[in-house]
Amino acid sequence: MTADVPGMSEGAKVSPFRDPKVRALFFQILVIVTFLAFVYYIADNTITNLEKRGIASGFDFLSQNSGFDIGIVLFVDYNAQTSTHGDVLLIGIINTLAVSLSGIVLATIIGFVFGVLRLSNNWLVNKIASVYIEVVRNIPLLVQLLFWYLAVLLELPNVRESAKIGESIALNNRGLYFPSIVPEAGFWLIPVAFAVGIIATIFVSRWAHKRQDETGQPFPVISTGFGLILGLPIVAALVMGLPFGFEYPAMGRFNISGGWVVKPEFMALFLGLSIYTGGFIAEIVRSGINAVSHGQTEAANSLGIKPNITMRLIIIPQALRVIIPPLTSQYLNLTKNSSLATAIGYSEIVAIFAGTSLNQTGQAIEIIALTMLFYLTISLIISVFMNWYNSRIALVER
Amino acid sequence: MAIVRTERHPELPPPVTQTGVIGWMRQNLFSSWFNTILTIVSAYVAYHAIYAFLDFAIINANFAGTSRDDCTLDGACWVFIKQRFGQIMYGFYPEAERWRVDVGYVLGAIGIFLVLSNVVKSKKWPAVYLFIVYPVICYFLFYGGFGLEVVETSQWGGLFLTLVLASVSIFVALPLGIILALGRRSEMPVVRMVCVGFIELIRAVPLISVLFMASVMLPLFLPEGQNFDKLVRALVGMSLFSAAYMAEVVRGGLQALPKGQMEAAKSLGLGYWQSMGLIILPQALKISIPSIVNTFIGLFKDTTLVLIIGLFDLLSVVKAGTQDKDWLGLATEGYVFVAAVFWVFCFGMSRYSIWLENKLHTGHKR
Repeated sequence: MTADVPGMSEGAKVSPFRDPKVRALFFQILVIVTFLAFVYYIADNTITNLEKRGIASGFDFLSQNSGFDIGIVLFVDYNAQTSTHGDVLLIGIINTLAVSLSGIVLATIIGFVFGVLRLSNNWLVNKIASVYIEVVRNIPLLVQLLFWYLAVLLELPNVRESAKIGESIALNNRGLYFPSIVPEAGFWLIPVAFAVGIIATIFVSRWAHKRQDETGQPFPVISTGFGLILGLPIVAALVMGLPFGFEYPAMGRFNISGGWVVKPEFMALFLGLSIYTGGFIAEIVRSGINAVSHGQTEAANSLGIKPNITMRLIIIPQALRVIIPPLTSQYLNLTKNSSLATAIGYSEIVAIFAGTSLNQTGQAIEIIALTMLFYLTISLIISVFMNWYNSRIALVER
Repeated sequence: MAIVRTERHPELPPPVTQTGVIGWMRQNLFSSWFNTILTIVSAYVAYHAIYAFLDFAIINANFAGTSRDDCTLDGACWVFIKQRFGQIMYGFYPEAERWRVDVGYVLGAIGIFLVLSNVVKSKKWPAVYLFIVYPVICYFLFYGGFGLEVVETSQWGGLFLTLVLASVSIFVALPLGIILALGRRSEMPVVRMVCVGFIELIRAVPLISVLFMASVMLPLFLPEGQNFDKLVRALVGMSLFSAAYMAEVVRGGLQALPKGQMEAAKSLGLGYWQSMGLIILPQALKISIPSIVNTFIGLFKDTTLVLIIGLFDLLSVVKAGTQDKDWLGLATEGYVFVAAVFWVFCFGMSRYSIWLENKLHTGHKR
């Protein structure tokens, strides 16, 4: 039989054309050559084009004066006359991180609440949750953002007719105004107490774990933690004699000065991103909880464990294993989607750096490369963190 | 002394409190005090939300008229949508030529129907029509040629442009994604590295930056004088972007197949492309169809991003309309309408994908 197959007869060498190793080698060399030729072609064209258009290259532009104003600046000083494109990049990064982090927190809360409501055996609640999920998931994010920004937040009453809660919190088409906290002498103790509270909670939870492993006695970590994290700063404030004052937003005729303000651009992006991503997270949570076999609940019931403890100690930990990987990609999506801010004028990296700075300097390659590098780094950090968390909660098989 | 009943007692109806409307309500709405509170609160919220929406969209809305002055502005002003309907559907496509787009829709609908339904036994010819003949017809029909007047792509717009963007991108992305997925699972390290690099790079950055790159940097990459129009540049960006996502979906399908399939194909003497084409891919693609549809839904929603690089798709036509000085203050109507259109498309597709998943799920069901 084998002798009949051409090229397979005893002792006969396989023709090099049919040798898988030779073919693989040949094919890979071909790929490398094509790839290099492609890169060379593009680089060559780019260099010629840049020379013809008289566009500089290199990263010198980062220290050039930017010369334009930015709507929202957090934490750093920015001035159109003196600041550089490097500052613009920094502000873009800070603003992207600010909206992404706050969006991730709210989206997770919305997602978990609606995911659990979606599983409720109350028909009405169940239906409301599924309507929310289906509506939000099937409408493009950009439409939702424009809706929140142009149709809701900018249509709010103007400054004079702003909606007020008490005298100090006001909502109008310029944003949400509320009193700012002005630190006075001795204020430093409060953040210190807050930090101490967090560290103490970590130690308490470790100790409680150890005690439960050894003696089987549980310890109320959650309420103790809350007490430490919230209570210590309050105690600190009382000890120092309330070392802060409030600066209330002063309503002028056309404007409001003083106090803190959340601009409508930020609010639209924050709300839009969280509500949109929340819908996806809700589905992930629902399917994660559904993935835990019903036998687990039954076993817990037959052991006489209370329903809320069953949920917390038996169902949720197992569901998290299913939930975490897709949740990670939703967090990544949210961060990437924050780039849609360009359309509503929130000053994040794509809007001000890959938008205005690019138009001013014309150095498309460097700017787009830096922007992509930033997103690449963020994606990497989020996935590394979530993978670490995932491996911590993963099933440990002995 | 007969204390035992001899005749059968007539069957009693089930207790009223456990069947019918009341039973259902007790079970699903008022099973505990907590549920009762939840029901009352959510009924209150739902009533107000639904009433407010109906009040805005139907009860107080204006349907008749031709200008903004015909709207009382107590509710929605649908006159705005009605007046701009042509533009919303076709953009700036010349009115005399719009029949060409409609013909394209009909031809496409016939193709999709033949491929998806079971009217025709063999799917070969419908597929050849939909994937090879139809795109060629569409090119000449929409752009011009063979005696049809040329309509520049800058005049394309509205829902028509959205559909063109979505279908061309998927048409390019699917085969490209399959090739990338095969490359990622290849045994040749160089091929694998190139594919992994491409997929991960694209997936890590937002679509906007890819679109920016396509619209700003593509002209730099090409020799002087060779330039695509804006639409083609956007299409290149979107296709590459969705190809990377498609590749991951197909890879999922490939990974779900046991190794034995490939080994069996090899032992039958099939070469790489033969075993892929005849054994592996048909099974892998079947598994991944629902995810492919989901990726397509994502792609369809993402077409709205071309607004940022200045193409007039459905969303940007409406946005431009709301900024018209004759129709100021109608942003809500505009965006609600766009949202409704997208919702119908995406919800329909997601239902189809769920239906398909159930149909293809031939194993055990709980």
